[in-house]
Amino acid sequence: MNPTETNHFSMSEVDASCRVPLLALFGGAALWLVAGLALSLAAIMTFHKPDMFADCPFLAYGRAQAAANDLLLYGFCIPAGLGVMLWIFSRLSQSELVLPLVPVVAANIWHLGVLVGTVAILIGDSTGFAWLEFPRGSSVLLFAAFLLIAVSAVATFGARRNRELYPSHWFLLAALFWFPWIYSTTNLFLITHHPVRGVAQAVIDSWFSNNLVFVWLALVGVGTAFYFLPKLAGRPLQSRYLALFAFWTLILFGAWCGVPQGAPLPAWMPAASAVASSFLIVPLIAIAVIACKTVCGANVTCKGGPFCYVKFGTAAFILSGLMLVASACPQISRATEFTWFGPAQAQLQILGFFAIVMCGAIYELLPRVMGFVLPFPKFVRLQHWLFMLGIVLWAGSLAVGGVEQGMKLNNPQTAFADSTAVALIFLRAGTTGLLLILLGSLLFAANVLAMTLKWKLALLKSLLAAVKAPLEAAPASASLRRDQEVKS
Amino acid sequence: MKNGFSVFLAVFIALGLSWCGFVLGSVKQLGTAKQAAVLNSSDTYPLQRTGNATLGSQVYRANGCAACHTEQVRQDGVVCDVVLTAAGKKPTVVSNLVSTLKLTGLTREEADAVSDKIAAAGGSVETHIVASGADIARGWGIRRSVAADYLYDHPVQLGSLRAGPDLANVGARFPDLNWQLVHLYAPQAVVKNSAMPPFRFLFEVRKINLGGASSPDALQFPKDFAPPAGCEVVPSPEAKQLAAYLLSLKADAPLYEAPFTPVMTKP
Repeated sequence: MNPTETNHFSMSEVDASCRVPLLALFGGAALWLVAGLALSLAAIMTFHKPDMFADCPFLAYGRAQAAANDLLLYGFCIPAGLGVMLWIFSRLSQSELVLPLVPVVAANIWHLGVLVGTVAILIGDSTGFAWLEFPRGSSVLLFAAFLLIAVSAVATFGARRNRELYPSHWFLLAALFWFPWIYSTTNLFLITHHPVRGVAQAVIDSWFSNNLVFVWLALVGVGTAFYFLPKLAGRPLQSRYLALFAFWTLILFGAWCGVPQGAPLPAWMPAASAVASSFLIVPLIAIAVIACKTVCGANVTCKGGPFCYVKFGTAAFILSGLMLVASACPQISRATEFTWFGPAQAQLQILGFFAIVMCGAIYELLPRVMGFVLPFPKFVRLQHWLFMLGIVLWAGSLAVGGVEQGMKLNNPQTAFADSTAVALIFLRAGTTGLLLILLGSLLFAANVLAMTLKWKLALLKSLLAAVKAPLEAAPASASLRRDQEVKS
Repeated sequence: MKNGFSVFLAVFIALGLSWCGFVLGSVKQLGTAKQAAVLNSSDTYPLQRTGNATLGSQVYRANGCAACHTEQVRQDGVVCDVVLTAAGKKPTVVSNLVSTLKLTGLTREEADAVSDKIAAAGGSVETHIVASGADIARGWGIRRSVAADYLYDHPVQLGSLRAGPDLANVGARFPDLNWQLVHLYAPQAVVKNSAMPPFRFLFEVRKINLGGASSPDALQFPKDFAPPAGCEVVPSPEAKQLAAYLLSLKADAPLYEAPFTPVMTKP
């Protein structure tokens, strides 16, 4: 099956069936994206002026940074990914979304969970585990909401007319199974009254972080790219077999990455992780080849539309994957470990790859789902430039700063303060990039929210019309006549 | 893959394998760990932290200190240092011999050869095992961090970024409580060029009552950083707990997996 072969007569109904769930997921996601980036910017200000939040515990760097990261990951990435996934599933199934009310309720539960978790981190109630800072109450909400959305997604998948699976199906379905497994395991082992003892906590946390931030985002992002790249390029995916190979190698090797090389653990753990990471090169090359072959030769010019978003995002994914491979290589990790290189990779993965692929996908699908064009079409191109420039500046300067910092850190003759100072220069330059990304996200939020508002106004108008209509018609005049009869 | 079940099976195999490795494997291998025996001693390590320090680890967690500080020391390997303990009956011969030999940073074989030479000249020596590496050279620890160091921690906060220095051994490096508190209140007062943000919200600046004595808890500042006359800075319970936690961070026991020769410092 090829996503370009669409059945036009029923597709508008298929799109319309996704309208309310997608608005519920994307509306919140857009707000969290803006909030997360703003908080990230506030956090980074501590490096410009250390005593900025000295009297404000809520914005202490450790709290604000954790909250910002979680807002980007749980607030934006996951709901946006799930929304795009629901739409792709119903498109590929050529059937309306099954149980459309369930994801609407679930989206609200999810956003509530994110709100509770973020407030908890800011008031000092974080769990202290990287990428899992939300406390238990919030985790329960997120887990329940994810399962509900998964029910609707799997039901829509089951209702497909063409039984054959398209490559995006593999990636997206795998992501649906992946998250509940890693999230429940990690919460059950770490966030309980009887957590697992000692440093095993750190192993499970790094297993979870890698499987969420690298593998889950890769599954959803690449699955989405494999749907949109052929569709927008007007060529079939090149090829299905290579995609199958990329899928298997990505999940087999990706799941073992992420244990830091210098960590105080039994030696087999970092070693296993390093071996798996070096094999990760294989799916990265496969995905790069698929993307290149599909895109090259396409008769589409890149002018800042969704096509450019997905193309840039895929390239950023390859780069972020290569950074992950590099930082697992023992020789390189000596210099990059404990430096800003790690955050640079995470930011590239989340903002450079996933966020930009999602924004492109949403810009492409939202007008179809809503049945009218984007309110600010020019923002799409502007946002693309802001994001691209911002990500290159932000992730680039963090990565270069990280390497410089690591070189100084590894030379005991250099004072420690020098390693911080050299990183600070790059960090301050990178802040400009973060500001550009924030501006871009404002444009995205403006488009999504204006669209929601427009739809709500149209809904209200038709509702008013429906309410008014019977009043002006026969019964009203009949009662008037009755009144006159009574008077006479 | 033909249907949804085969995708599920693929995930089950791929994620299941890594789950068995990193989750089940680490729980089996590390989750039942007990206190370790200290080398050449009947002591066990680590000791449970005091109540205040345990509470302090929660203050550390709440404020996300691990965002900028690691608690893990890396090590490249070990080297041997040969130390002369007694010059014997012919001190001049021994000291002449010692001055021609390289005594530090040796391999085991080199150390044995050097020891034999000195012993033959009549001196007596000890061979010390010393950890090596950039972190050790910076004085951040005596040996590398190992799993046993985190036995009683929840959450275990290894950290992944060194925007600030490593803290695995900060209690041994800066054992003064007042230093720790002043550093939290105004880092630049005790560490020149520090990039650390001050944690003033953990302290209270208050007026000293007329004729009253200042609080015994009040911070003692270096000259240029003292609060205005008539005022004092008092740590909140959280600040005291955090400082107690920082003082409790000491990885100073030689263990089987991280050996070194403890050097007695003169009192």
